[in-house]
Amino acid sequence: MSSNIDRDRNRAFVIAGLGVALLIAIFVSPFASSDPDGLDRVSQELKFEDKAIEEAPAKKLPFYAIFEEYALRGVPEQVATPLAGLVGTLTTFGLAWGIGKLVVRNSAASLPNDTTPHPDKVDRSLD
Amino acid sequence: MVTFLLPNISFSSWVRWVIQPQLALHIPDGFLNLPVSLVTWVLAIALIALALNRVQEDYKERAVPLMGVCGAFIFAAQMINFPIPGGTSGHLLGGTLAGVLLGPWAGSLVMAAVFIVQAVLFQDGGLTVLGANITNMGLIGTFAGYYLYKIIRVSLGRNTWRGMLAGTVVSAWTSVFVAAILTAVQLALSGTVPLGVAISAMAFWHVLIGIGEAIITAIAVSFVWKSRPDLFFDPPRLGRREGVGARG
Repeated sequence: MSSNIDRDRNRAFVIAGLGVALLIAIFVSPFASSDPDGLDRVSQELKFEDKAIEEAPAKKLPFYAIFEEYALRGVPEQVATPLAGLVGTLTTFGLAWGIGKLVVRNSAASLPNDTTPHPDKVDRSLD
Repeated sequence: MVTFLLPNISFSSWVRWVIQPQLALHIPDGFLNLPVSLVTWVLAIALIALALNRVQEDYKERAVPLMGVCGAFIFAAQMINFPIPGGTSGHLLGGTLAGVLLGPWAGSLVMAAVFIVQAVLFQDGGLTVLGANITNMGLIGTFAGYYLYKIIRVSLGRNTWRGMLAGTVVSAWTSVFVAAILTAVQLALSGTVPLGVAISAMAFWHVLIGIGEAIITAIAVSFVWKSRPDLFFDPPRLGRREGVGARG
């Protein structure tokens, strides 16, 4: 069966991909440029930056007590951004995976080499 | 990607970065008026509903882990502001990357996930303008970027790395530029800033930011192409492998 090898290769790919994402979020994020980005810069140049609402709705969410933008509150500032990056990356990973899991029809009929006589009675998880 | 190792990055400057609000290309609450916000919400929701439908119809189980990885990578990459000349910075948007790897449908869902996490957890991009941010920075790349990439790739050689790369680079840059123009138009329609100056200012900076997008996207897709070409939504026909889509 080649499907076992496939599964291992897929797992390796997921681990590698998530690993790269985490390395970037944790170790590279502190070195990100502090210059204003495109829209920030334009809003300063064209003098409409103060149109941004100070009391944004997101600040009323409980998460605002945990994160102040990309910085975890209550920890030394050297690790505040790396930790925010860690949490954010894992959260996005989980959310995107979860959406996929919910939406993609887990149909055994779409499996390669599937010769089950009654596909409608098959409820096989791939994990 | 080595640009962030510039000498002007000192300890004090990144401390300033940690303390200073680091709002990205993300539109904050207050820049867009209600009608413009609503229209972009409707557009985003309609395209996401369509995407949900198509993912249900067309995708297989094996696309799911790739969706997670793609979301994680794009979130992480969006945290990294690279400096561009003129004291400005930019970061990856990632819409084209998601579209190329996962196709426009699953790619759109991944992009929506990224912006939802940013707005809800990290106050990056306003909640009232989340529809606009998803549309501008995500869906432009996943739809317009994907179809432009596909046209270029098919015309240059569907199964060649060169064709794939050319399509990716052009689309990645174009999606950023179009996103910037669209954002300028929305700002102008909202009465925040006059149209002409908004477009010229946004276009000027994003011509450069788009180059960064193209480089990062090219590196990421090349990595996948070399290691697991079968994972592409439109895999090269090299063997009898199937992609994550239902393209038999």
